[in-house]
Amino acid sequence: MSVIEQPAATRHPLKARLGRLAELVATPLVPSDFSDLIDPLRSSTDLRGRIVEIRSETADAATIVIKPGRGWRAHTPGQYLRIGVDIDGVRRWRAYSLTSPLDRADGLITITVKAIPDGLVSNFLVRRARPGLVVQLDQPTGDFTLPATAPAKVLFITGGSGITPVMGMLRNAIDSLDDVVLLHSAPTPDDVIFDAELRELAATGALTLIVRHTDTEGMLEAADLEAIVPDLAERETWACGPVGMLDLLEQHWAITELKPLHTERFRPALAAIGEGGTVTFGTTDLTVDADGATPLLDVGEDAGVLMPSGCRMGICFGCVTPLVEGSVRDLRTGEITSAAEGDGVLVQTCISAAAGACTLAR
Amino acid sequence: MTAIQRKAVDPTAHLSAEDIEALGRELDEIRESVMATRGEADAAYIRKVIDTQRKLELASRAVLLFSLFPPAWFVGTAGLSISKILENMEIGHNVMHGQWDWMRDPKIHSTTWEWDNASPSEMWKHSHNQVHHAYTNVLGKDNDLGYGIMRVDEDQKWSKFYLGQPLWNFINACLFEYGIAAYDLEIGKYLKGRKDKAVFQAEVKRVLAKIKKQAMRDYLVHPLLSGPSALSTLGANATANLVRNWWTHSVIMCGHFPSNIETFTRASTVGETRGQWYLRQMLGAGNISGSKFLHLMTGNLSFQIEHHLYPDLPSNRYAEVAPKVREVFEKYGLNYVTGSLPRQLGSAWKKVFRLALPNDLKDLATRSKPARTRPVATDRVRVAA
Ligand SMILES: Cc1cc2nc3c(=O)[nH]c(=O)nc-3n(C[C@H](O)[C@H](O)[C@H](O)COP(=O)(O)OP(=O)(O)OC[C@H]3O[C@@H](n4cnc5c(N)ncnc54)[C@H](O)[C@@H]3O)c2cc1C
Ligand code: FES
Repeated sequence: MSVIEQPAATRHPLKARLGRLAELVATPLVPSDFSDLIDPLRSSTDLRGRIVEIRSETADAATIVIKPGRGWRAHTPGQYLRIGVDIDGVRRWRAYSLTSPLDRADGLITITVKAIPDGLVSNFLVRRARPGLVVQLDQPTGDFTLPATAPAKVLFITGGSGITPVMGMLRNAIDSLDDVVLLHSAPTPDDVIFDAELRELAATGALTLIVRHTDTEGMLEAADLEAIVPDLAERETWACGPVGMLDLLEQHWAITELKPLHTERFRPALAAIGEGGTVTFGTTDLTVDADGATPLLDVGEDAGVLMPSGCRMGICFGCVTPLVEGSVRDLRTGEITSAAEGDGVLVQTCISAAAGACTLAR
Repeated sequence: MTAIQRKAVDPTAHLSAEDIEALGRELDEIRESVMATRGEADAAYIRKVIDTQRKLELASRAVLLFSLFPPAWFVGTAGLSISKILENMEIGHNVMHGQWDWMRDPKIHSTTWEWDNASPSEMWKHSHNQVHHAYTNVLGKDNDLGYGIMRVDEDQKWSKFYLGQPLWNFINACLFEYGIAAYDLEIGKYLKGRKDKAVFQAEVKRVLAKIKKQAMRDYLVHPLLSGPSALSTLGANATANLVRNWWTHSVIMCGHFPSNIETFTRASTVGETRGQWYLRQMLGAGNISGSKFLHLMTGNLSFQIEHHLYPDLPSNRYAEVAPKVREVFEKYGLNYVTGSLPRQLGSAWKKVFRLALPNDLKDLATRSKPARTRPVATDRVRVAA
């Protein structure tokens, strides 16, 4: 949850005094608990937004247009936001890349979501959510962005919904980019999100668009890259897409002399699974059984514990929680972290699972 | 009551150990069936209650700004009383039990909730959830049995102090929120030297800080904002607090004090199985029958039995599980204690009066003898047998 409280000193003295009076009358609640009754978007302590439109992009993807509440800070193209929605009464947080231009006159923002099979939040947003719904938001974050002075030649490699952060960049920065190649993969022509808009950009000569339909042409291979993009060595690359695609690119870049590669992952590459254990949560004194594959973040949330979270995939450190005692396993590497009582070792709950009995300070 | 284990006829004597475990499993099944269906409607329910309560509080406080005008005083005071009762009972008590934690909304969560009551939520949660709910009606363990100022069980030792207990109970009802705070501070335990001094002093500080804030709001800021109506608003707020105190005190008395509700010896809870734990909760609580509105105003503690069986089940679902729970009582030949509010409250007060006197009036003269009706030798664990 993001707190956007204004420091008291910068407030007008009369306003500050009224604020203190409101606090006295509202106790044990806070004044915003009452103002929320009238307009949840005006809260000065909790950032929220209201869905104003849901536009279908493909059969399983949609753009969600959101009016952000008071305190929303403009993003840098390529960044993502976190959105919290109540599904069947339970609040679920996920990250989505911002796809809107910064200079929209109406101040609205957009994310574009692809519904994945059995995906809880993606399916809710694409198929069940309706305009008018109030959602929880967190400030934009992420470092998958272009530098202030863009390199002369840029390559974007995207797959499926991985086009979203790149679309965010293109919509904002296309005029300042001289030479752009976009290599996008999608199963079929119908699955290409932003198809018409990308073609239009290509038609005006703003970018070179290469779309690969993987159902017929097969997955992108590292060996093909030089053939598809002959001047690959001259281009700085930004890539976003499925785990397999990004792994392949990173391996290729590791063994080849090339300009930098920047990647954005939507989910972590998990490798290690071991024995689970019992997890005890300090705040509620609850002990539950956990297997060796489920992230402690999910274990805690399922037990009704208020777990801090962020990207849910190991990059933002928004989920770090002291491990009071016991052992946990990093699901990406298999590495075990242990703490003896009182150590309070910080662990990322979103990519750690129980490795025997452990206690978290949440 | 006399502890169930010391009774001439133990109402659980007909149950075998297997019966008790079977009963536990049936109660678990009822629990699971409801827990699995928690969802959007429940979330909408608690949000609606919270929304309504806050609007009612705002409106009542606004009306009281003109409390010099008698109809405004009456309407505002009634509204504020209802608002405070809802806030304490259906919202605060139940949120702090973790009934709504599954929603993962940090604004409606047991670890973040603070209520309109003198006792800080952190302390209340300890004495209520961890002590009272774990040791329900266990003599010497559950301090809710008379709150340490009354004798509400034949097996509690009589002393001259208890002669005044109808008065103590009345005073406690009037000042109930402070009574709860004093109780959560475990003053008695501290005086007997069984509580760490530093911990106690830190807690006292927290309680006083909270009381100060609450009192400032109701007895200073809100009256001052009312201008010429200041004094009448102060009176209105004091009245609303008093009404809330009487009401919550009455509801809580009905939960464990009326006749036919059982108590238990300390020994009987050692090594208690899940089934035995359930059995104790079944017999150690009593319900209040009545309308939907009554259930709402009691915070659904009118389903005290169901609440003790399933303390973290969302309160709006107790009405639904009650008939199923009652069937289990009937199947196993157990007494489901329930009655109208006047009946249960009357029964509880009757006990307060009756037990002000020693069990055997002869003791009144000698005064020193322990009030046990039976020798300690019968302190056996019949439930476990
Ligand atoms: C920085 C960042 C930016 C993101 N931006 C976008 C975006 O712009 N658009 C977008 O659609 N998504 C984006 N995501 C992914 C998004 O946050 C969710 O992970 C995704 O929508 C799935 O959530 P869910 O609740 O529907 O699935 P869940 O119910 O969490 O998962 C259901 C099943 O799908 C698997 N799964 C989870 N995530 C994925 C995935 N990404 N691909 C395939 N299978 C998966 C799970 O392992 C599980 O088995 C982004 C993620 C991150 C970390
Ligand atoms: S939530 Fe981002 S690192 Fe765990």
